[in-house]
Amino acid sequence: MSIIPDTHPVVAMIERIIGNPLVILGGIAAALVAPVVVLAILLQFAWFKALLASQMGLSLIFAALTVFILLHLAGLGTLAERKIASWMQDRIGPNRVGFWGILQPLADGGKFILKEDITPDHVDKPSFILAPFLAFTVAFITFAVIPWAGYVKWPWMPADAAPLHTAVANVDIGLLYMIAVGSMSVYGVVLGGWASNNKYSFYGGMRSTAQMLSYEVPLGLGLLIVFLSSGSLSGNKIIDDQINGVGGFAIWNIFMHPIAFILVLVAAFAETNRTPFDLAEAEQELVGGYHTEYSSMKLAVFLLSEYVHMAVNGALIMLLFFGGWGLLPFINGPLTVDNHSWWAMLAKYGIIWGKISAMILFYIAIRWTIPRYRYDQLMRIAWKGLIPAGVAMLFIQAVLVAFNLHTHKHWYVSLGVNLVVLAFILAMLGRSKNPVTGRQENMPHIQVVPA
Amino acid sequence: MGLKSFDPSSFSLGGDAFGLTRLDYAVDQIKRHGVNWARKHSLWPMPFATACCGIELMAVAASRYDISRFGAEAMRFSPRQCDLLIVAGRVVMKMMPVLQKIYMQMTEPKWVISMGACASSGGVFDTYAVVQGIDQFVPVDVYLPGCPPRPETILEGFMAIQRIVTEHGIVPSTERKGLGLVVTAPPKTNVALGPGLAASIGNN
Repeated sequence: MSIIPDTHPVVAMIERIIGNPLVILGGIAAALVAPVVVLAILLQFAWFKALLASQMGLSLIFAALTVFILLHLAGLGTLAERKIASWMQDRIGPNRVGFWGILQPLADGGKFILKEDITPDHVDKPSFILAPFLAFTVAFITFAVIPWAGYVKWPWMPADAAPLHTAVANVDIGLLYMIAVGSMSVYGVVLGGWASNNKYSFYGGMRSTAQMLSYEVPLGLGLLIVFLSSGSLSGNKIIDDQINGVGGFAIWNIFMHPIAFILVLVAAFAETNRTPFDLAEAEQELVGGYHTEYSSMKLAVFLLSEYVHMAVNGALIMLLFFGGWGLLPFINGPLTVDNHSWWAMLAKYGIIWGKISAMILFYIAIRWTIPRYRYDQLMRIAWKGLIPAGVAMLFIQAVLVAFNLHTHKHWYVSLGVNLVVLAFILAMLGRSKNPVTGRQENMPHIQVVPA
Repeated sequence: MGLKSFDPSSFSLGGDAFGLTRLDYAVDQIKRHGVNWARKHSLWPMPFATACCGIELMAVAASRYDISRFGAEAMRFSPRQCDLLIVAGRVVMKMMPVLQKIYMQMTEPKWVISMGACASSGGVFDTYAVVQGIDQFVPVDVYLPGCPPRPETILEGFMAIQRIVTEHGIVPSTERKGLGLVVTAPPKTNVALGPGLAASIGNN
């Protein structure tokens, strides 16, 4: 028998160093200062200025920057998830790796990369390998049309040059592309579930298919209401309406279309497979759901794509309902679409990422607050609750558009109609009886047939 | 080589083997403090709770003992995604193939904790139906004494696993030798109560 010795002195020294808050703060400060220094050096070169001043170069830089930020946001998202879970359950949360557990994503990632990667014998190998990367790719390419910071015009560009857009792809049907690509995210989950050739994965994939197909409809209806009101599919135009205002009045869409906001919010939770709609990976019923058979980096890619998906849905909600890069709901600030200066672009970029982070924190807080719905409840919410409400609201919005009462100048009309419909829905909910589910008292007993 | 027998000062400082030994030393340090650092702080447990030890295992994850401080609260129920098998409770002969299958399904590197008297030795169940120690069938890294072990003992056992990871992380679990029977020591002194709890109980 041997008692395990104490911690190795080298280990103790390393953990003491990285556990020092000053070291961590210094690292963060260095990580913030280093890009500024590198940028200042690069701006001394003419070719870099030319690269920034060309549309293709700027789009490439924004694409690389988005992927970089998203990967870090997903890592920190896992830490935030564990920390917030801990606080809500009166625990401390990860605090052994670095100050405040800040290196926990690094430890997890390092472990995942170095773990054995099993591809079981009974799986459909091409689909099994393809699935996580399909989920990952689809989650990332959705970001191509987010208008990050409007238009920018560098000081060294000629005065008559057209300002450059900061979206990776500035297409007029931007949000249509977002819905189309977003609905492809079901492929990763379904393919993962089916290719695993495992009954729990299969159930997870099946549940996820029906759930995502059902919740595409309220998502689309909620977006249609906003599109009808703003008359455009372009993200820039929708944000412009909310910040610059149409007819001289600026207000966020959340105050004009609260029902559409509820539709999109609930559908976004379902689309990302987050609690209370995480039936696809219900641990108590399905072990791990669609990613039961996945290990190592393939699992990490699945987990990462979930956070990226949360971020893309957060960006969509912020863009449609919370004024994109606008700071305050009622004020025509300096950060309008027409402000093409570089400092305004940086401020807009920071604000929109701050809003996306706030949305992710909201997702996490909801996860540890509301328990999971039963499957029939999930279907009932979509088909008997959200979709009728969405269709009714779409019809009413069309009537408002016909009478030209849909602009931001007449925001009180839209809000009043929304509140009336909301009151009507609540009254209907109060009068409706719960559907009969499960086994009832007055049902005949099941006859056991002897073998 | 025992756990603490690695002594960097024992290397010769010159001669033919100078480069080789220094390289060995550097690689060993990177393995221990780079690779195994990540592994030991991200041990996701696979709970195999068959009896009352499972209740204590739940208490470890709850607010008073909080295993999430070590980054180990992410209990995955799929063996493919786990690093640490915690066998909590007695295992009967009929359950043994299930345990072995789960162990085989786990991905390398993996470690095993045998929690409590029943899993370690059969405990009071000295019958033909109960496995008299799961180490007859799966390689065990740390045994936790107690019936059931207190949550403090479980945390101590977990930290023992972390130390084993630093020393032996690269070696597959089936080839890890020379450790002998590793038993965690229960806390030597009484656990100090927090001020609030001490006041509510009425003694200190």
